[in-house]
Amino acid sequence: MLAKRIIPCLDIKDGRTVKGINFVDLKDAGDPVELAKAYAEKGADELVFLDITATHEKRKTLLDMVGKVAQVLNIPFTVGGGISSSEDVAQVLKAGADKIAINSSAVRNPELITELANRFGSQCVVLAVDARETEKGWEVYLNGGRIPTGIMLFDWLKEAEKRGAGEILFTSMNHDGTKNGFANEALAEISQMINIPLIASGGAGNMQDFADTFVNGKADAALAASVFHYKEIEIHELKQFLKEKNIPVRL
Amino acid sequence: MTKQNIVIINYEAGNIQSVKYALERLGVSAEISNCEATIKHADKVIFPGVGEAAWAMNALKKNGLDKLIPQLKQPVLGVCLGMQLMCASSEEGNTKGLDIFPVETLKFPAEDKVPHMGWNQLNQLNGDLFKGIKNNDFVYFVHSYYVPVNKYTTSETNYIRPFSASLQKDNFYACQFHPEKSGDIGQEILSNFINL
Repeated sequence: MLAKRIIPCLDIKDGRTVKGINFVDLKDAGDPVELAKAYAEKGADELVFLDITATHEKRKTLLDMVGKVAQVLNIPFTVGGGISSSEDVAQVLKAGADKIAINSSAVRNPELITELANRFGSQCVVLAVDARETEKGWEVYLNGGRIPTGIMLFDWLKEAEKRGAGEILFTSMNHDGTKNGFANEALAEISQMINIPLIASGGAGNMQDFADTFVNGKADAALAASVFHYKEIEIHELKQFLKEKNIPVRL
Repeated sequence: MTKQNIVIINYEAGNIQSVKYALERLGVSAEISNCEATIKHADKVIFPGVGEAAWAMNALKKNGLDKLIPQLKQPVLGVCLGMQLMCASSEEGNTKGLDIFPVETLKFPAEDKVPHMGWNQLNQLNGDLFKGIKNNDFVYFVHSYYVPVNKYTTSETNYIRPFSASLQKDNFYACQFHPEKSGDIGQEILSNFINL
């Protein structure tokens, strides 16, 4: 049976992980390579690296990191942040990433999705989207949820699927950082509307939140950062918990 | 592990670096090449692939690799699209394949999400690649096309329907999943191939 995936997300700045990550057993918790390896050993199904440097001078630092991660990591990983062209993608994939995530650049230029899907295959194109629920409904936001676009989320996701995105990573700005659970109502609607895998993001606080997003939100995977980094939730324990609830996981 | 000459076929199709790194984690170094003589003289050959079938087949033809691969006598391991190209044909771009396995590659019906992406279980395990691997062990898949279960099937996975997770005929081995991305289980499968 296809397992629901648990995906820790690591923010990267200048080739180092940011946020005080609480991995006492690591010599250097700021080293993405060591951290990636530790997460794979703990049972993570995939990893997402989000580069928040995203300036062109620092690109080489990121590519070096991607290469080093690829050498040690035996599970798939996605790299996002500041990717805006076919050339950026070619470099990141060549360094060893399995997938890339695009967000703002795809909103500004939807044709980029088509171009990447045709050149590299849909399987490596993750369309990340930040959205907020307002009176108008779910609206797409840019720059980490600061800039409204006027584009409605569901329309955008349908278009992204049609253009060849292979997977959707949806972050609810209403839920992100609250630790009150994922945006399950919206997730369930999206999951039924599109026929590509859906990653839930934003709102993970406890183990039940993950169970809820898989059952009620019909998500195929769930992404979180701080609950894993600060060891509020241990991945192995989380998977045991999900298994007891008859949710298929890889143990 | 004895020192071996392992060649990964390079035809500009995807995850070649990942396969090389996975072998390095097993303490084996591999050469990436599209040179006919190098491939011919390898002890083992790995035929990876990510991307679109018709495009990949054309890339093989450009280097004459479409003629070479079916004639290889040493153990050959096709991975993902590599496996699909080793079949007679694929519905993807109506592509004629290498016909090592006389079976067809079909598109998953849209009864569930496509691509089949993530960790799924192996069953009906058979053959040398799966020494030490247990039924229901998980490996990582990403694909929209599948090879139905047939007489060359050496393991099965169920998504929408049971399909071939791996194939074998004589010296030709192939897996639909990515052993290089399948954690410890994948490393063990690769190691079994190296030890053939």
